[in-house]
Formats: sequence, structure tokens, C-alpha cells
Amino acid sequence: MQIAPPIKNGRKLQLPSGIRLGDKFVIILFLLPAFVLFTLFLAYPIIKSIYFSFFDWAGFGPAVDFVKLDNFKRILTDPVFLKGVVNCLILIVLALLVQLPFSLTLAMLVGRGLRGRAIFRTIFFLPYVLSEVITAAIWLILLNPMPERGFINAVLTLIPGVDPVLWLADPNLVMIAIFVVLTWKYFGLHLLLYMAGLQNIPKDIEEAAVIDGANKRQLFFGVILPLLSSTIRTSVYLSVLGSLQQFALIWIMTRGGPVNSSEVMSTYMYRYSFVRFDLGYGSAVAIILLLISLIFSVIYLRAFSQKDYLSGL
Amino acid sequence: MPSSATVSDSKAKKGLDLATLLQYVVLILISLLMLVPIVILIFAALKTRGAGLASPHSLPIPIYWGNITKILGMDTFWTMLRNSLLVMVASTVGVVFVCSLAAFVFARMKFRGQGLAFNILTLGLMFPINVAILPVFLVLRDMHLTDNLWGVVFVQTAFAMSGNILILRGFFQSIPSELQDAAYIDGCTTFDFFRRVLLPLARPALGAVAALTMVVSWNDVLVPLVVLNSDNKWTLPLGTMQFQGQYSGSDIALTAAFIALSAIPAVLFYLVAERQIVSGLTAGAIKG
Repeated sequence: MQIAPPIKNGRKLQLPSGIRLGDKFVIILFLLPAFVLFTLFLAYPIIKSIYFSFFDWAGFGPAVDFVKLDNFKRILTDPVFLKGVVNCLILIVLALLVQLPFSLTLAMLVGRGLRGRAIFRTIFFLPYVLSEVITAAIWLILLNPMPERGFINAVLTLIPGVDPVLWLADPNLVMIAIFVVLTWKYFGLHLLLYMAGLQNIPKDIEEAAVIDGANKRQLFFGVILPLLSSTIRTSVYLSVLGSLQQFALIWIMTRGGPVNSSEVMSTYMYRYSFVRFDLGYGSAVAIILLLISLIFSVIYLRAFSQKDYLSGL
Repeated sequence: MPSSATVSDSKAKKGLDLATLLQYVVLILISLLMLVPIVILIFAALKTRGAGLASPHSLPIPIYWGNITKILGMDTFWTMLRNSLLVMVASTVGVVFVCSLAAFVFARMKFRGQGLAFNILTLGLMFPINVAILPVFLVLRDMHLTDNLWGVVFVQTAFAMSGNILILRGFFQSIPSELQDAAYIDGCTTFDFFRRVLLPLARPALGAVAALTMVVSWNDVLVPLVVLNSDNKWTLPLGTMQFQGQYSGSDIALTAAFIALSAIPAVLFYLVAERQIVSGLTAGAIKG
């Protein structure tokens, strides 16, 4: 490359860390679209939401019925909302206890050198790219209580003495059914993450441990798991946020029923906002949800900003 | 890295030892289980109405193409497909454009308040669309963008920004600064550097962002559900939801046909772009 003289066209060139003339223009120009979108569709809506959450408002005309904190009180004492919170927690706990270990185990099974791992990955990840609508629709067919129509019950009733199960109509079972569907759809994502994370662990470390006499268990818990810690953190973060955000799949499969037994916070908010048009109330729910997401994210970032073990390598 | 005869190499005997065999058995079993719902969908889609109601999950013999042809003959199906396509393309272009510009600034330039600006933009990660949808709807209503595909596009783009700026910034940062310095010495303007040097180098990352955005946009049901009213503006997931609600009780086969057909574009895209989608997800996750 040719080295040109440092002054060109009268503009002073500075290297490498100084701010160049004309840069200010570029910075503002380049950041403008992002900030416009952010302000219009993220910042402004939050402010509007906070404003309307203090009103009893059906959405048309100006908001006039100032109710102060009544909406918030109603929400926090509504058993249906609390059921929604509990259900979200159930999904989170189940995800962390079942989905994540399952994904990690599978990622270990698929391993680093297994022939055909690409095919397995493709199959396991496929449900992730199907929309929630398609997933819900397929599983509604599978979970049909009649054994002639619902594959799940067809298989179950093959076991002598087992009756058809009312998966989506039994308040005690509906969250389990939903969890199974969610696992089918999403475990591929976590599998992917763990496969990538495992890929990043240098073989040398494992071999050194084996040479030092580590057995399989020690190898897994003492070497692999700690080195996977940042991947696990990400997986947990996505899992919790994902569980908090579930809406479409549950709405389509059960509308939050039967009798609110599969209600989650998002379905609660949707119903009050877009079915009942109780928009002041809905806004208050949105604010509460936002606070919950925010608090979780902040706690998470604070608590888990440890160093990645691999970063020193 | 030095290559050496490793412990694990010595375990890879030719053929299969018991552990590997077990691995395969478990993996194949789980794969079959994973595929069962999709297989049943296809079976049900290829049945007549009667057969679909009587036993949707048995083998479809003889194969009945009537439902498939019926759906493919519905104008609304193609209209919804087209709407989904339009929204997806517009959102993807928007996301790639907006995010690469912003990520460039955060990755390759320095200015006061940079950290703050970046944190503000990535705050969006904590403000998921399902929480924001009500106030966003109200804002769209004020802007007269409801029942408008552009409303869907803007919202999708806005909510895809935070994650993708993160991904792209990470990638842009990994481009050596010597390259940038050399370009500037040669008289490159910042914009030239961006357009002629950085962007071509960033093609894999841009591809990953594009692939991810395409999947998310195509599958999105919440935003179109809230924003759109008119039938002729509906996107495919919306139509699938409505069709499913209307016909799943009375004609399982027809419903399955619709679902299966609406799943084909996503599956095709996945088979073509799997690597990009995967790299986008892992890049965002691991770096984030």
C-alpha cells in the first residue's frame, strides 16, 4: 500500500485513536436511524405506558379517569395475575431443571467428533425455526384427548389400564403439556449453545486432566462444566427471559385456560389490553412486566459478571 | 496448536465401541421422537376429511392431495404469503442497514458518551416485544400506522436492533485496527472505509444477522396480530392461526394441510441458511 502524506485535501488526519474532522458528522448520521427507531418505538412507548397506567381508560379519546395506583393494586392482588406469575416461575424452574441439563447431555452425546453430528444438529434445531403458531397447531392435533385423533393419547392408551388424558383441559396437567411443547421447540437452541461452548474448550485441557488421572465424572464436573460457565450463563439468561416472554404458543393452545390455569403474565396483559380494551390496566401490567424483566436482567448482570475462565487462554 | 497422539484418539477405534453405539442409539431415538410431530403433520395433511378426523396419525394410504391443492388454490393463502415476504424483506433490509451503521460507530470510532449511547441502545434487550406491544400499539395508532404493513416492519426492526447491534459490534471490533489505519493513511474517508473495507469483510456476520432477522420476522405473530386488521394484509402466521381456529375441529386434514404448507418456506430457508442462523445465534450469545 502507498503511504500518502499525512495532510490531504486540507483535512488533518490523525491516527489511530484521535477523532477526525468529519467524524462527528458520520457518528451522528450513522447513529440517527437507530436512535430514531429507539425513541419512537421503545422509549416513547414506555413513557406512554407509565402515563396511562395511572388511568382507567378504554383506549379512545383522552384519558380522564385518574385512578392513581389503583390499577397496580388491582393487579398485584388479582389471583389470576398471581397465577400468571406462578406459571411463569413454573416454566422457568422446569426449564432450568429439565431443558438445560437435557440439552447439555445431548450436546455432550453429540460430542465433538461424532460422525453425523451435523445431521443431528439439524434435526434437533428444526423446531426452533418453525413459528409458534405452527408449533401450537401441530401439538393441538397431537394432544387431542381422543385416542383416535390424538397421537399422544393413542400411544398412552396402548398401556393397559391407562385412560386418555385431558392434556389441555385438566388444570393440573396443562402446564406440563405446555412445557413439553416448549421443550420440543426450544431445546435445540440450548443444544446449539452448548455444542458451540463445548467446541471452544481446547482438547488439550481435557487430555491433560485425563493424563492427570481424572475420571469421567471429575472431568465433567471439574473441567468441562466450569469452562462452560459463560455458555451456561447465557443459556440460563435466554431460558428465563424466554419463559417470561411466552405468549403466542400458550394463547393459541389454551388462551390461558382452562379457567386461567395456564395463564402467564403475557396472556394476562394481552387479554386486558386487546380483548377487554382496559388499556389503563393493561398499561399497568406492561409496566410491571417491564420492571420484572429489568430487575432480572440487572441482577443477572451484576451477579454473574465473573470472568470467563477461558479468557486467559 | 501442536497435534499429538491424544488419549481420545486412541479411543476412536475403527468401528463402534459400546459407548459410541449407545450414543448413536440414544441420539437416533431422540431424533425420531423429535420428528414425530412433523411426520404426523404430513400424514394428516395428505388425508381426506373423513380419514383425517378418524385417524390423523396413521399412514396416509392412499395419499389424498385434495387438501393441499385446495389450499394452494386459495387466493388468501398466496396473499398472506406475499405479505409475509414483503414484511420480512423490508425488516431484514432495515435491520441490516440500521444495525451495521450503529455497530460501526460503536466498534470503530471513539466519542464522548459512547458507552452511554451503547448502553441505551442495548437496553432494548430488556424490553421484549410481548411486554411492549400495548404501548407500541398506541404509538402506532397515533402515527396512523395501524393496519399497515409498514407499521409491522418498523416495530420488528426496532425490536431487532439491540441484539443485532451487539452481534455486529462484536464482529466489527475484531477487524484489525491496522487495516483501518492503513485505509485512512491512504486517504480513505470514514464512510469509504465502512463501505469498501469493513462491509465486505463483515459479510458472514451480516449474513448471520440477516438470516436471524428473516426467521424472526417470518414467524412473528404478535406484532401482525396486534397491528393488522384487514384480511388482505394478514401475514402467514396470522392466517395459520385463524385457519387453525376455524377448521381444526371440523377438518383436521385441511388444517394440517394449511399448517404444513405454511411451514414449507421456513423449513426450506432453514435447510439453506442453517449455518448462518446458527452462527448468528451463537455469536450473539457467546459474545454477549
